[in-house]
Amino acid sequence: MSKQAQPIVVPRLATLWALTLLSTAAEAAYEVNFQQPATLVAQEVYDLHLWMMAICAIIFCLVFGVMTYSLIKHRRASGGAAARFHENTRVEMLWTAIPVVILIGMAWPVTKTLLVIRDSSNADITIKVTGYQWKWGYDYLKGEGEGIRFMSVLATPQDQIDGKAPKGEHYLLEVDRPLVVPVNKKIRILTTSNDVIHSWYVPALAVQQDAVTGFIRDTWFRAEREGVFRGQCSQLCGKGHGYMPIVVEVVSAEKYAAWIAKQQQEMVAGAEDKDKVWQLAELMQRGEAVYGKNCSACHQPTGKGIPPAFPALDGSKVATGPKAAHIATVLNGRPGTAMQAFAAQLSDTDIAAVITYERNAWSNKTGDVLQPAEIKAVRR
Amino acid sequence: MNIALRPANRRTFAKLALFSALMFGVGYALVPLYSVFCAVTGLNQIGVDRQPVNLQLDTGRVVNIEFDANVHHLPWKFRPVQTHLGVHPGELMQTEFEIINTRNEAVTGQAIPSYSPPEAAQYFKKISCFCFSKQTLAAGQVQRMPLVFVVDPALPKEMGTITLSYTFFEVEGNAVANSGDGAGKS
Amino acid sequence: MNATANGHSDHRPSGWRRWLTTTNHKDIGTLYLWFSFVMFMLGGIMALLIRAELFQPGLQFLEPERFNQIVTLHGLIMVFGAIMPAFVGFANWMIPLQIGASDMAFGRLNNWSFWLLIPASLLLITSLFVPGGAAGVGWTLYPPLSVQMGIGMDLTIFAVHILGISSILGSINIITTVLNLRAPGMTMMKIPMFTWTWLITAFLVIAVMPVFAGAVTMILTDRHFGTSFFSAAGGGDPILYQHVFWFFGHPEVYIVILPGFGIISQVVPAFSRKPLFGYTSMVYATGSIAILGFFVWGHHMFTSGMPVTAQLFYMYATMLIAVPTGVKVFNWIATMWRGQLTFETPMLFALGFIFLFVMGGFSGLVLAMTAVDVQMHSTYYVVAHFHYTMVAGALFSAFAAVYFWLPKWTGHMYDEKLAKLHFWLTMIFFNVTFFVQHFLGLAGMPRRIPDYALQFADFNMISSIGAFGLGLSQLLFLYIVIVCIKGGAPAAAKPWDGAEGLEWEVPSPAPHHTWEVQPVVK
Repeated sequence: MSKQAQPIVVPRLATLWALTLLSTAAEAAYEVNFQQPATLVAQEVYDLHLWMMAICAIIFCLVFGVMTYSLIKHRRASGGAAARFHENTRVEMLWTAIPVVILIGMAWPVTKTLLVIRDSSNADITIKVTGYQWKWGYDYLKGEGEGIRFMSVLATPQDQIDGKAPKGEHYLLEVDRPLVVPVNKKIRILTTSNDVIHSWYVPALAVQQDAVTGFIRDTWFRAEREGVFRGQCSQLCGKGHGYMPIVVEVVSAEKYAAWIAKQQQEMVAGAEDKDKVWQLAELMQRGEAVYGKNCSACHQPTGKGIPPAFPALDGSKVATGPKAAHIATVLNGRPGTAMQAFAAQLSDTDIAAVITYERNAWSNKTGDVLQPAEIKAVRR
Repeated sequence: MNIALRPANRRTFAKLALFSALMFGVGYALVPLYSVFCAVTGLNQIGVDRQPVNLQLDTGRVVNIEFDANVHHLPWKFRPVQTHLGVHPGELMQTEFEIINTRNEAVTGQAIPSYSPPEAAQYFKKISCFCFSKQTLAAGQVQRMPLVFVVDPALPKEMGTITLSYTFFEVEGNAVANSGDGAGKS
Repeated sequence: MNATANGHSDHRPSGWRRWLTTTNHKDIGTLYLWFSFVMFMLGGIMALLIRAELFQPGLQFLEPERFNQIVTLHGLIMVFGAIMPAFVGFANWMIPLQIGASDMAFGRLNNWSFWLLIPASLLLITSLFVPGGAAGVGWTLYPPLSVQMGIGMDLTIFAVHILGISSILGSINIITTVLNLRAPGMTMMKIPMFTWTWLITAFLVIAVMPVFAGAVTMILTDRHFGTSFFSAAGGGDPILYQHVFWFFGHPEVYIVILPGFGIISQVVPAFSRKPLFGYTSMVYATGSIAILGFFVWGHHMFTSGMPVTAQLFYMYATMLIAVPTGVKVFNWIATMWRGQLTFETPMLFALGFIFLFVMGGFSGLVLAMTAVDVQMHSTYYVVAHFHYTMVAGALFSAFAAVYFWLPKWTGHMYDEKLAKLHFWLTMIFFNVTFFVQHFLGLAGMPRRIPDYALQFADFNMISSIGAFGLGLSQLLFLYIVIVCIKGGAPAAAKPWDGAEGLEWEVPSPAPHHTWEVQPVVK
C-alpha cells in the first residue's frame, strides 16, 4: 500500500513536479475513499457516503451545467442584450421545495444507520478504553478475557521519527501491545480518560468516540473478518497527540482463547517475580525500556526535559534526593501538573526499574537499587 | 454628521450594549441551563434523585448492569466488588464498591457517576450511594461502600445493558465538591 | 443628486497622528484592511510552517508542541485577525457610501475598535515567546487541555477578550449606522445586499461574541481561581465548554461568511448587467441562515457522546441550512441567466467563490450526516471542508470586494492582466492544496497531528506544494494593490458600467468627506 519513506527530497520533488495530479489514478498509494470496511456498520457507512456523493454529483452537474451554459451563452461577447427580470415567485418556491425533498431522501437512510450505530446493548465482550497522555489503557471488563488489563504504547522508535532511521511499514501506527478481540463478536467499547479529552478512532471499524475525563461513553463494533486494523487518537490532546495510535487485532475464537491463556500466565508470572531480588544492571536495562515508553516523551531521552512544563531529571532534586519522595512522585503523580500517577499503569517491578534507572542514568550516579518489594510496601 | 440624530444614536447604542452584556450573562446562564437539561434527561447526574421511584417489578426481562471504577490522580485502588449484575426493572438491588487508600495519610475524594448509554441515566435510580457525599479514608484504610439502586420499569425495551462508571476525584484543600447540583461550583 | 466632494479644508493632522486619531470612516476602513492583510500574511506564514512540517513524514522543522501552538495561532489569527477585520474594513468604507451617510454613527468609538486590535494581536504573537509557548490547544481552546497550558493560554484568553470587545463595538457602530443614518427614501428593503448581510452579521456578533468571552473567562477562573465549570472533579463537565463554545462557534462561521454573500450579491449583478434576482428572498435567506445557525452547534460534537435524539436533532437542523444556502446560489445563477456577462477580476473571484462554496457546502452536507460523520470527524476531511467554505467564502469574496472597490478607493484602475493571473493562481493552488485533503480525511488521517503514517505521504506532499503556491501568489496581490495605489489609469466615478448604488455616485477616489448633504433615494 504505502511506499517506503525516502529521505532524499530533491529527486522525489522533481518527479512530483513532473507527475503531480496526472498520475494520481495510476498509483495505488493514492487512496481516494474510506478504508476497506471490516464491519457491517462500516460497510453501511461506506455505501451511505457513496450514495451521498452520487446525489451531490448530480446536483453539482445540474447547477454548474446551467451556470456554465449561462456563462457561455449570455456573455457580452455573444451579443445579446441583458434581460431585466429580477424575480419569479414560482421558480423560487420550486427551488426551495425541491431541496427539502432531496434532503429528506438523504436523511432517512442515515437515521436508520445511526440508530444501529448507537445500539450498543447485548455485547459479548466489554472493554474499557482509557486515554492517557499519550497512550491507551485497555481493561477487559466483561466477557471472555475478563480481568485482562494492559497499556498500549507507540512502538515506533524515536530515530524513525527524527529521520535518523528508515521508516517502517507501519510508521506511527504500531504499538507494543495491540487490543486483541475475537472475530464475529459484538465488542462494546467504553471510553474514558485520565487527563484531557482523547478520541478512540479506528476507521476500518467505523468507530470514533471521544474519551472524556470523569465520564464514560460507549461505542461498539463486530468485526466481520480477521486482520489488523489501525487508527489514531483524533482529539488534540497535547504534544503527543500524533503519537498514540490504536491497533486492533481481530483473531479467530481459538486464537483469542490462546491469547487469553497467555495473558493470564504472564499475570501469574508477573506476580511471582515480585519476590525476586534484582541486580542493578538488570534493573537499568528494564528501566531504560520503561522510561522510553512512559517518560521520555516529556522528560526526553536525555533526561533534560523541556522546562518549564517538563522538568529535567538529570541532576534534579527528586532523582538524586531521598528515594521515598521519588517513589511517591512516580506512584501518585503531581496534581495540577502534567506528571501522571503511574501507580495504576505500571507494575511494582517496572516502577522499581524505572526509578533505579532515573537515579543512575545520565549524570545521576546515586548507586541506589530499588527492589519491587519496596514499591509494594509503599503502595499499601 | 446630522446632529439631530445624536440622541437616537445614543439610544440605539445603549440598547445594543445592554443586549451584548446580557448575552455575556447568557454564556454563564448556559451553565445552570445545562445542568437543568442534564437533570431532566438524567445525564451526568451526580446528586440525590428526589423523584419518586416506581417499584413495580417487571420480571419479564433482565437488564444487564455493568459496574466500572476509575480514580483520577488519587492514590486509591477502587473497584466494584461485583463487575456485573442481571436485574429485573423495579427490583431493589444492592451492590458494593471497594476503595483502598494506598497513601500514608488521610485522603478525601468525591465520586462522579457516569452512564452508558447516557440516556440510561434517567432510568437508573440511586437510592443510596457513596457518591452522594465526599469520602475520607485514613492512611491505608480499606472501605466497602454500598450502592442501592432500582432500574425504572419505564426503561425502554431496547436498552439491554447499562454501564455505571464512577470516577473518584481528589477533593483539594477546602474546595468543596458540591454534590447537590451539577452546576459549576463557585 | 450631486456629488459631494466639498472643497473646504478638513483640519486633519498629518503623518502618523492622522491615523492614530482619525475618526473618518474611510481612514479607519483603510487601517482595518491593512491590518487584516498583515495578519493574513502572518497567519499564512504559520500555515506554510504547518505545511512545511507536513511535507514529509517525520519531524523536520517543528517540535510537536510548537506545531500545536502554530496550528492554534493560525486558526485564531486567520479568523479574528484576518477575516473579521477585513470585513469590518469593507463595512467601514462602503456602508456609509452605500446608504448615503456622511460617516459611521460613532467616530471615536470606531477609532477605538480598530486600535484595540493592535494590543490583542500583540498578545497573541508574544504568547509564542513566553515560557511554555503559546496555547497548543487548537482555536477551540477545549478544556481540560487548555487548563493544563502555561501562561501563553492566559495571554490568548486576554487577547480573545480584547478582540471580542473590538468586534462588539464595531458591530454596534454598524447597526446604529444602518438603522439611523440612511439617506431619506432609502427604506430597509432598498439597502444594498452588502449592507444587509452586514447588518445581520453585526447582530450575530453582538449575540455570540459575549458568549465566547464568557466561555474563556470560565476557563480563566478554572485555571487560576479554583472554579470547576469544566472539571468533573468539582461537578462541572468538560463537554459543557464545547456546548458553550459552539453556541458561539457556529454563528461565528456565519459571521465570516454572510458579508461574503453580500459582496457576491453585488458583484454578480454588476457584471451581469442585470438586477439581482430575488432580492427579497436573498434577505430572508440570509436572515434564516443566521437564525438556523443558532440551532446546529451540536454537529461539531457528534463524537463527544450525546444522546442519539440530540444527534438526530442537530443533523436535521444542519441539513435544513442547505435550503436557504441553496436559494442564494440559485439566485446568483438566475441573476447571470440572460444577462450580459463580462469577466473582470471581481466577477472571476465571485464565480470562483460560488464554485468553491458549493463544493464546501456538499462536503458540509456529508459531514452533517451523523452516521457518516463518525468516520470523518476530526479528520482532514473536516479541514478540507472548512477551508473550502471559509477560504472560498471569506478570502475569495474579500478579493472580489477589493478588486471591485479598489478604483473607488484609489481613483486608479488596477492592472487587469495581473489581477486575472492572481485569480487563476489562487484558484488553482487553492484546489491543489485543499482538494486532496478530502482524500486524506477519508483514509483516516486525523487533524492537528505533526507527523503521519506513510500511506498519507503522497497527498500531503501535493497539499504542501499547493500551499506554497497559494501563499506566494498573494505577494502578487500585494504588488497589484500597491501599484494601483501609486498610479494607473484614472478610474471613473462608476468604473463598472453595470454597477448600481450610491457608492458609484461619488467621485473616484472617494473624497475624504462624502454625503455631507444626504442624497434622496427615489
